Amino acid sequence: MRAMVYRGPYKVRVEEKAMPPIEHPNDAIIRVTLAAICGSDLHLYHGMMPDTRVGMTFGHEFIGVVEQVGSSVQNLKVGDRVMVPFNVYCGSCYFCVRGLYSNCHNVNPNATAVGGIYGYSHTCGGYDGGQSEYVRVPFADVGPSVIPDWLEDEDALMCTDALATGYFGAQLGDISEGDTVAVFGAGPVGLFAAKSAWLMGAGRVIVIDHLEYRLEKARTFAHAETRNFAEYDDIVVEMKKATDFLGADVVIDAVGAEADGNFTQHVTAAKLKLQGGSPIALNWAIDSVRKGGTVSVMGAYGPMFSAVKFGDAMNKGLTLRMNQAPAKRQWPRLFEHIQNGYLKPNDIVTHRIPLEHIAEGYHMFSAKLDDCIKPVIVPGA
Amino acid sequence: MPYTAEHPTPPESSDELRARIPGWGADLDPKDRPSVPRERFDPSATGAHWDFPDRQEEKVPRERSIEHKFLTPVFGTSAPLRGLSGMLRRFAYAKYSEGRAAHWLILLGADRVDAVESHLRSFATLRPDNPITETGVLSEFTRGGISSRFGRKRVDLNHQWIDPILVAGPWIAAAGAVVWGVKAIAKR
Repeated sequence: MRAMVYRGPYKVRVEEKAMPPIEHPNDAIIRVTLAAICGSDLHLYHGMMPDTRVGMTFGHEFIGVVEQVGSSVQNLKVGDRVMVPFNVYCGSCYFCVRGLYSNCHNVNPNATAVGGIYGYSHTCGGYDGGQSEYVRVPFADVGPSVIPDWLEDEDALMCTDALATGYFGAQLGDISEGDTVAVFGAGPVGLFAAKSAWLMGAGRVIVIDHLEYRLEKARTFAHAETRNFAEYDDIVVEMKKATDFLGADVVIDAVGAEADGNFTQHVTAAKLKLQGGSPIALNWAIDSVRKGGTVSVMGAYGPMFSAVKFGDAMNKGLTLRMNQAPAKRQWPRLFEHIQNGYLKPNDIVTHRIPLEHIAEGYHMFSAKLDDCIKPVIVPGA
Repeated sequence: MPYTAEHPTPPESSDELRARIPGWGADLDPKDRPSVPRERFDPSATGAHWDFPDRQEEKVPRERSIEHKFLTPVFGTSAPLRGLSGMLRRFAYAKYSEGRAAHWLILLGADRVDAVESHLRSFATLRPDNPITETGVLSEFTRGGISSRFGRKRVDLNHQWIDPILVAGPWIAAAGAVVWGVKAIAKR
């Protein structure tokens, strides 16, 4: 089969790989019909995530058709059109039965702090991802769901991570009616978080980024006010001014490890890997939220420590909430919102790229060329 | 304003927002938010039909965090340990917990070793690594490399100059080392 393969930092190619086998009685093999490149794939692509091995296939956002099932699979059959949450999880461990699917204890031997994620290094379990023609899906009775007939492929694809994560980020903010919600980062997750904040009753939503085309999307798609932090000497002061010197009630960090805005931090953290990522966005979030407010972290950071302003967080009495989203837990409610027309997930898809051209897709997305917001990968195109 | 007790009034009322934004307030009640409460004990909700899953066969020795009691019943098989990078990774997993910086720094170091080993190994195959096609740099010409960057107030330009150095630098250094080595041998 054809699959994207990591060759080292900033280098990927498509090559012939062996078909993934059934390794466990509850495995399924899925023929991928659509995959996506996620912003957090770029952390792997840039060599930031520890134990990202040459030869691995990335891709934790994918949908497809069931090709083969293991002997204990009961809920899926060959030919089913399925969407697969980005989390690999068993459904029966201490954490799964409490709804913490992203913290499953039975699927990731390489680490205990995080569960399994498709195509996301050995730190997340060493599973190959879906940027390929076929992928192994463990615990097929637990993770995947048959895609409802009315749900379009690209909308289902967005539910596997980006939409579910953005919605989860807004949930973790514990938004109350009339709250001012600030979202750092206007990538796919930030856009969906901003959109979700309105569903939860926000009175005002402000999105901060430096890429004007993404801010334009935040205004049109997510109905948000925007701030281009490149236009301000100090975005924290601007956020205080914009909120009558109170600070936002809720701030969502939808940026993560590779925040731009400070050369030194970017080079020491994102490039030289001396921290778990550049904490600029997280520190801006801590500084911009009001005292007693909530910071929700959806941006992905590496497992190494980061120089985070914890003293300010303590002194301000903040609530800091974060996790990888338990994607499937959101689906029933997200389906309702899509059916009601409140959400149209594939509005953020800007590029559709054949699998064979994935190296160009990664470079374009990484370098923010061609006003790219969300690239979708099409195997066999 | 924070100098008085009142919360600032949002610029638009809830009714105005409801009229302007599709779905505004649909999840105003936290009970309508699917991950609230955050932790809910519900063993029947997941589709699992086992107390403890069957164990996947360990066909090759599988490294694991020493914070785990045993090898998890299911695991990925993407890229088994091999070469010098494999030795480093095996050591990092066997020696250090996830709480130790050494664990992660050795793994990151092993990643760089893995990349070099794999590049060298590729030169012994019919498909050696190709820095032009594998970096996707040709999309600079087809996807607006210049127009996407300039006149747009992008702050990432302040570090993008270093990216090609980090990517191409090791290749150029390796080529230089080869040339130097060949010259040194030729002088003998």
